[in-house]
Amino acid sequence: MKILVAVKRVIDYNVQIRVKEDNTGVVTDNVKMSTNPPDDNAIEEAVKIKEAGKATEVIAVSIGEEKAQETVRKALAVGADRGILVKTEGILEPLAVSKLLQKIVEKEKPDLVFMGKQAIDDDCNQTGQMLSALLNWPQATFASKIEIKDKSLEVTREIDEGLETIEINVPAIVTCDLRLNEPRYASLPNIMKAKKKPIEQINASDLGVDTTPRIEQTKVEEPPKRKAGIKVSSVAELVQKLKNEAKVI
Amino acid sequence: MSRETMEYDVVIIGGGPSGLSTAIKLKQLDSNLNVCLLEKASEIGAHILSGNVFETRALDELIPNWKELNSPIKTKVSKEKFLFLGKTKSLSWPTWLLPSVQQNHKNYIISLANLCRWLAEQAEALGVEIFPGFPASEILYNEDGSVKGVATQDMGIDKEGNKKDSFEPGIELLGKVTVFAEGCRGHLGKQLIKNFELDKGKDPQQYGIGFKEIWEIDEKNHEEGMVMHTAGWPLDKNTYGGSFIYHAENKQVFLGYVIGLDYKNPYLSPFDEFQRFKTHPAIKKIVEGGKRISYGARALIEGGFQSLPKMFMPGALLVGCDAGTLNMPKIKGSHTAMKSGIIAAEAIHEHIEDKKDLSIFEEKFKNSWLHEELYKARNVKPSFSWGLILGIIFTGIDQILFRGKLPFTLKHKHADHETLKPANEMPKIDYPKPDNVITFDKTSSVYLTGTNHSDNQPVHLQLKDPNLPISYTLEKFDEPAQRYCPAGVYEIQKENEVNKFVINAQNCIHCKTCDIKEPSQNINWVTPEGGGGPKYGNM
Amino acid sequence: MSVLLIAEHNNKELRPFTLNAATAASQIDTDVHAVIIGHECGAAAKALSELELIKKVIQVEAPHYENFVAENFAPVIVKLSENYSHIISSANTFGKNLMPRIAAALDTSQISDITKVVSNDTFLRPIYAGNAFATVKSKDNKKCVTIRPTSFDPCESSGGSAPIEKAEAGEEFVQTKFIKREEIKSDRPELGTARVVVSGGRGMQSGDNFKLITSLADKLNAAIGASRAAVDAGYISNDHQVGQTGKVVVPDLYIAVGISGAIQHLAGMKESKVIVAINKDGEAPIFSVADYGLEADLFEALPQFLEELNKLNTIQK
Repeated sequence: MKILVAVKRVIDYNVQIRVKEDNTGVVTDNVKMSTNPPDDNAIEEAVKIKEAGKATEVIAVSIGEEKAQETVRKALAVGADRGILVKTEGILEPLAVSKLLQKIVEKEKPDLVFMGKQAIDDDCNQTGQMLSALLNWPQATFASKIEIKDKSLEVTREIDEGLETIEINVPAIVTCDLRLNEPRYASLPNIMKAKKKPIEQINASDLGVDTTPRIEQTKVEEPPKRKAGIKVSSVAELVQKLKNEAKVI
Repeated sequence: MSRETMEYDVVIIGGGPSGLSTAIKLKQLDSNLNVCLLEKASEIGAHILSGNVFETRALDELIPNWKELNSPIKTKVSKEKFLFLGKTKSLSWPTWLLPSVQQNHKNYIISLANLCRWLAEQAEALGVEIFPGFPASEILYNEDGSVKGVATQDMGIDKEGNKKDSFEPGIELLGKVTVFAEGCRGHLGKQLIKNFELDKGKDPQQYGIGFKEIWEIDEKNHEEGMVMHTAGWPLDKNTYGGSFIYHAENKQVFLGYVIGLDYKNPYLSPFDEFQRFKTHPAIKKIVEGGKRISYGARALIEGGFQSLPKMFMPGALLVGCDAGTLNMPKIKGSHTAMKSGIIAAEAIHEHIEDKKDLSIFEEKFKNSWLHEELYKARNVKPSFSWGLILGIIFTGIDQILFRGKLPFTLKHKHADHETLKPANEMPKIDYPKPDNVITFDKTSSVYLTGTNHSDNQPVHLQLKDPNLPISYTLEKFDEPAQRYCPAGVYEIQKENEVNKFVINAQNCIHCKTCDIKEPSQNINWVTPEGGGGPKYGNM
Repeated sequence: MSVLLIAEHNNKELRPFTLNAATAASQIDTDVHAVIIGHECGAAAKALSELELIKKVIQVEAPHYENFVAENFAPVIVKLSENYSHIISSANTFGKNLMPRIAAALDTSQISDITKVVSNDTFLRPIYAGNAFATVKSKDNKKCVTIRPTSFDPCESSGGSAPIEKAEAGEEFVQTKFIKREEIKSDRPELGTARVVVSGGRGMQSGDNFKLITSLADKLNAAIGASRAAVDAGYISNDHQVGQTGKVVVPDLYIAVGISGAIQHLAGMKESKVIVAINKDGEAPIFSVADYGLEADLFEALPQFLEELNKLNTIQK
């Protein structure tokens, strides 16, 4: 079994993002970038499956600018066998990303495609589902447990009401929740080894996909600052206000 | 337990200006040398904080064509000011009356973090292997006592010291020579100085704490290339310190404050002095209408020549501010750190190539402009122990009339942890509350640093005696850690009417001030799990 | 053209966020039609038809729709989409799972998790976990939009009488099999989705004192939160942490007790609809974001709070 894992380079989750003064986006210059956190879980799960002898190859793919290579390299350092970088510039919407991934899937013919459930930059939560629609494959989103069976997977999904278990036949798409596993650290010797693993570079323009944005981002703003309300003088007054004014109790 | 081993010709600890310069110079001298560089931050530059007005002298030697290589050195100093601040007034000091070391017209306003990122690119292009996110946590010695290399930190240890599922053991990096370039108060450098008695016969090292904020300001207040320094208010005459305000590119100003850690009053809060400083009319008018976008703090070396330890030992060298090469009157340490790295590389090259002893470092150092520069600067800082006025008068005589050539050397008498007076002998200081426009509290400041440490790991701020903060330091000094820490790591918390010393290690921005200033030297700063700490952008 | 709302239900009744999504849909165009796909879901379809804002209900039934598998649902909606300019659902796990499948089939760039309808092609949505808001304008002919339920009020659940039309079911997608659903029924709502959150900070002074928080939370059917300081001090486990590396919560009511309001904490709760702060220190930063601040000793205020609530008999479960 062959597993393709899609990884995205995003602003590190510890960095306090800053909106550009001209409201065209957020500042990314000299900002620490990292792998999208649930994508780390996706890689970890794929590597675990391979270590358990149930997969033969783990391929990490990223789509983005030249520097997204670091994200692929990181995936290689924690156990992916080889990498693919689809080079693009400018904003890519999930629809375009899933179309590019579709081309990679057609080329690599993996049995499974893993990725994080959502990217922490645009917070879209679309790519996995879109890819599975384009391929007409089954999907298991928000996976918190994956069991590999013969020609299928049993996946536990984190849904609002609790947990849902589904069985999907391969080939299939799985999007991973942070609760799926604890990603390992990249060890120094493995980082060294990763430097020697191959990363195939492909220009997005060579894949014959129209990636023109369909959505115009007209403005990016800081969240509105909350204003201080009133001070109440007693608990009785507080409860009365919550009941009659705010109507929340 | 056996750890994996990797062997190199040279192992460098720390990706600041000195370590990166060592790496680059080594590869320039011999491209076949295997050189690796460890950095505790998640990426090069993320733990770098500096003013910075940059003198290019060392870079001109290291990479003469830096101007053609898209280096982040763009803003030439175009105007200089020096102000003495009173509480509300300010007096401008004519720049022609400044010692030449404080004249900057040939220098550039830069972000040192960005310069380091660029230097790292140059180093990697030359074949240096750079490993960010890997703190060196332990020095390894040969049987003969010489330094063999370092071990990296184990990853995946929980609070209680047990191995988690994700446990990844550290590895041993062995070098023919190991270069320690951790910056001011490196936690391994500290051990080396002690083990090899490198500071024997030297004055105690002197430190300061430096704060920096980056503000995006109103266009009308911005003058790209302008460099301004102040002395005086809000510090009293007996506390050493001053500010910098550098107008960088993109409407940013780098605003900072440095306070000598030899201050005496345990109630003094360096952070609050800095915040208060911004409310001075001469400063407020610059930042008013602007927005603070970054914050950080870092200890720096102020001891200079008298306190500079021996920089070589069997198997290893100590470079940059891990030893203490900062030039205090110049308020610059980047070019000197880089030069010390260049000299180190030359010494190592001859050591490996021609089997010369590492002590040739000393000879090369003594014949360099670095030595001359530090020697000339040596009397300025100690003269300020007489107070601001006498310090200035003496500095004028020493630096302008004699150009640092007076035939005597003033001594640093005390280490910084020895200078605090008991709290009951000193006045309390009432700092104004933050207005959240110009001045801020510590937590909202730390928030801007992007600091984090994964929560389930051992506390990296170790107490030699866990009872001491409450039983002694609180009683005698009102536990000054609450105030000298620029990140609010240390708190005294009342729990059921009993005082408790709380260490919020997750907030630590790796400035090392606690390791320096704690009156009983009770706090030992050790490396946390790799990648922890601040994530500075263009600091 | 009309707007098509995808109803979320459990075959017996509507799930509450459908009402919020109906409100959002009606702000795009008043001609809101709703589709309900399920198995023996007549009662839910009826409830849907009674929503004030719904003009028409389309009911699609088949046994393979019993468990809301997106692979089965998407083709039904794609087929219906011809007559609609917008397709709307809630951005909860149901809508998040389903909508992108529809959007991809329609070759439309989806707009996720909107908090405001600016016009029929322009929407406001949070990015970077709510640390920024983007105004986005769709250039696609057909628009697929998911809405953040807490940003829109639920519509009236009665007053409407929309006709219910049946539509033909599609084929089953056999590659995906539903096995089971375990609804986690805890006595206490989850921190991430609770309508009310009561949080304690360092001011609680001990883990034992957190029982004051627990009793208040019990009374309000609230989830229990904590500041990082309280977690660090060991008063409570870190899965209760709100803010930096903890959860971001957006309840209707957030009660912060003995929390000074470190900015990391504020970042995790400042989107809450109503914020109450109880703190001894009148200068605590938490008061700067609180709608109602009470400067008081929490050890006196919390028991009183409970007492006052006991006087009211209208606590919603």
